[in-house]
Amino acid sequence: MRNIFLFIRRYFNFLSFLALQALALSFLFRYNKFHEAAFAGVANEITGRVNEQYNTVDYYFKLKKANENLVKENVALRELLRSNYQSPDTTQKLIVDSIRVDSLKPFQRYVYREAKVVGSFITTQTNFITIHRGSSQGVRPDMAVIGPNGVVGRVVNTSANYSTVMTMISRQFKVDGKLKNSGERGSIGWDGQNPRIVQMRNIPKSVKIQKGDSVLTSELSSIFPPNILIGTVDSVMNDPSTNFYNLRLKTGTNFSTVQFVYIVQNTQLEEQQKLENATRNTNE
Amino acid sequence: MSDFVKHSLRAMLFLLVQVFILHKIPPLHQFIVPYLYFLFILWLPFNMGRTWLMVVAFLYGLALDYFLMWPGLHTAACVLIAYLRPFLVNLLIRQEGAEQSYGAPSINSMGWAPYMVLVVVLTLVHHSYLVFLEWMSFGNFWYFLGKVGASTGISLLLILITEMLFYRKERFRTNM
Repeated sequence: MRNIFLFIRRYFNFLSFLALQALALSFLFRYNKFHEAAFAGVANEITGRVNEQYNTVDYYFKLKKANENLVKENVALRELLRSNYQSPDTTQKLIVDSIRVDSLKPFQRYVYREAKVVGSFITTQTNFITIHRGSSQGVRPDMAVIGPNGVVGRVVNTSANYSTVMTMISRQFKVDGKLKNSGERGSIGWDGQNPRIVQMRNIPKSVKIQKGDSVLTSELSSIFPPNILIGTVDSVMNDPSTNFYNLRLKTGTNFSTVQFVYIVQNTQLEEQQKLENATRNTNE
Repeated sequence: MSDFVKHSLRAMLFLLVQVFILHKIPPLHQFIVPYLYFLFILWLPFNMGRTWLMVVAFLYGLALDYFLMWPGLHTAACVLIAYLRPFLVNLLIRQEGAEQSYGAPSINSMGWAPYMVLVVVLTLVHHSYLVFLEWMSFGNFWYFLGKVGASTGISLLLILITEMLFYRKERFRTNM
């Protein structure tokens, strides 16, 4: 017994080093699986506040860009209004074959909430943004986040008033996309190099692709609503050993200037997941 | 100003510079990540116990990690260099009792060459460990070498500039 105490006293520094290392590494590897990290809620609240202070300055310099993006989005939405479409031939009549929005409310699948970006990083391998809206305002982990120009990321952690969002330019982030023209689907991820370029894999070589083609979110992605812009084709990488192309996409969102985002809640997600899990269980 | 207040202010300043300046600069290349924050650990006083040094490094690294939203990564690297620092200091200080007569490692308490060796070795260790932990999740060997090399280079440059801008007068402590 005495020897044990002597051993501990002799190697106390080394043992405390090992203990602290183990603690640090356990934080690291637990967090990578996106479980609740140590004190993440409290820390989120504090760093969120500091970030917000910084953002009051930063925001001023990016106002011009933010305005431009919001105006562009407004124009795109205005073009969808029915009053814009009028046939010169008055014998033809546009008839809208659907029910009024109010009565559609119970069927609304995606609910949108706006949020202000208060902090963002684009220099690391896993890039997060902090937004000023948290669990008290209805944000939950795993909700989709989109910006005026397309996909931004996914909520990974929330505190009372702030949430952290893993952006598309993170190594662990994957989203299911499709080509707008042909509807061909592929998985999209980031290779950690250029914050404006993401990669799309597994597009068959039979598909005709041109530079500038749009890539949208597909219907298979359970958290993102379909047909949200991910990016446009920047170049096509031909891999001679396979039958597939790898595409380099220029992201729709510029992650260094994005100032406002929308958090999208899929109200039927729970039901869908429950059904899928039940099916998986019965088949096992 | 007491040592405690001085070092606390220094820690906050280093964190803010790292998070809101060095991590906000658009990246020159994916390999170049400018790190300066760990200089705080190198500047802690000699007479701090080894365990305390590691505890302070742990909390300091964790504070940075919460800002960058990746808990544990920088913490692990900080604890490692805090553990290694006393060994290196003992190796590098020649004259008897320099760590008793001076407050903290600096150019004028240790001399140019030993201080620079301390900085270069700890920077290299810090970056290698940091990139190694990143590499466990993704990346290949060239990524590892390139990133360690480029980041160490840029960090040493930043440290040199910091040392020149903020010349620390380490008092020669007598009868203390």
